[in-house]
Amino acid sequence: MKKAKFIIIHPKDNAATALVAADAGETVDIEVKGQSPLRIKLAEPVQSGYKVAVRPISKGESVIKYGYPIGKATKNISTGQHVHIHNVESTRGRGDL
Amino acid sequence: MQLWGYQRQDGAVGFRNHILVLPTVYCAAKTAKKIADQAGAAIAYNVHGCGHLGDDYTIAMRTLVGIGQNPNVAAVLVVALGCEKINADELANEISKVRKPVELLSIQKEGGTSATIDKGVKILEQWNKQTAQMQRTLVKPDTVTVGVKCGGSDAFSGLIANPVTGVVSDRIVEEGGTVLLGEVTEFIGAEHCLMERAVNKEVAEQIREIVIQYENVIMGYGVDIRGTQPSPGNIEGGLTTIEEKSLGAIHKAGDSTVQEVIAYGQSPSKKGLVIMDGPAVDVVCNTGMTASGAQLILFTTGAGTPIGSPIAPVVKITGTPETAKRMSCNIDFAVEGIIEGTNTIQKSAEQLYSYMIDVLNGQTLCKAEELGFDEFDFYRKYVNT
Repeated sequence: MKKAKFIIIHPKDNAATALVAADAGETVDIEVKGQSPLRIKLAEPVQSGYKVAVRPISKGESVIKYGYPIGKATKNISTGQHVHIHNVESTRGRGDL
Repeated sequence: MQLWGYQRQDGAVGFRNHILVLPTVYCAAKTAKKIADQAGAAIAYNVHGCGHLGDDYTIAMRTLVGIGQNPNVAAVLVVALGCEKINADELANEISKVRKPVELLSIQKEGGTSATIDKGVKILEQWNKQTAQMQRTLVKPDTVTVGVKCGGSDAFSGLIANPVTGVVSDRIVEEGGTVLLGEVTEFIGAEHCLMERAVNKEVAEQIREIVIQYENVIMGYGVDIRGTQPSPGNIEGGLTTIEEKSLGAIHKAGDSTVQEVIAYGQSPSKKGLVIMDGPAVDVVCNTGMTASGAQLILFTTGAGTPIGSPIAPVVKITGTPETAKRMSCNIDFAVEGIIEGTNTIQKSAEQLYSYMIDVLNGQTLCKAEELGFDEFDFYRKYVNT
């Protein structure tokens, strides 16, 4: 089994970032500072630098990275699913709203 | 580690010894460039027109004065057309207050470009002889002002390149120097982090204000910032929102206390970490930081970019393995081994610091300098007139 590498920056984060590309179906253990590692199964392939949910994120809930909100989920996101522009939107600089 | 710089008459220290040709307006820029090219001098290629509405005049003047006063510059030849709004005499006078040689040629007064170019080249040739005699002396680390910038960012910028640069930023500040952090657009979503580190409530409030002001401009236009910030390249590189980009971006300024908030191109009155107002557009921000006195810029990049400055080394740092390989001719420092676990942020920062000292000391040129990339452009708030 190829070893994937992910990083969770802050224990509050609900999204982890892939340091290398990973395949759908892989089970990965992600270290979390001060806590036991999180084990998740990747629902989709993930490019290096892209994010996956490490726990379910409901529509309207904040996506947390670096310990802070980075946007709101526009759909329900399951653990192991890709987190990016197709299911997250920014809440700042939105002159269109 | 020893620092060797050019001690200037006003007490400031330069780490380059450029002769700068400084056009006051776009119409004088090509003439200025022909003079600079013939004499091997630096050129601040000003592509702005003669009209400056409101604050734009103040910003333009302050930037041109600041670039001219930057201690990396040994002497300045101002080249004017003669009918523009920028007061060329005032510009030359202001620059000369730091006691460096300044001359002014006005194309219309000289009687056209041929006469201006002849005269300009003669002035520069004299200065070339003088600057060739100048020697570096041992200088203190508190004479260092470094700008930090990120461009072509991706997810690895916030995870690797910016944290490594942040450790170097902290070291510069610990040693008494100054670090300039700009790109207010890329504080949106992370401003609370910077506010918490402000030296006092007044500075915290200034940080909040510059962010809100900028965001209000976008809201006022009724435009959606997404796709511009983050850019398509940022999104391709894994950054989803401006909040995510900003939280990663601010890491390049380390953890020091924010001492002051200055206007674009303004000289800081404090040492340490200083925030400079202004947009994130790479060339515009670099120009502002050099006008504010930066002698070198530490520039992190995810996707890679070649840009430089006419008067300061712009050192390119990447933590993205593909970019280090693909754009190796434009990258100065690749952070490697963090993902594999064979290197640490701290160790990499020590190596970057050492490289930065070599560049400051003139022992090595950065790639942008070697390849002749010298972009220059300054901030404008209002429409062209």
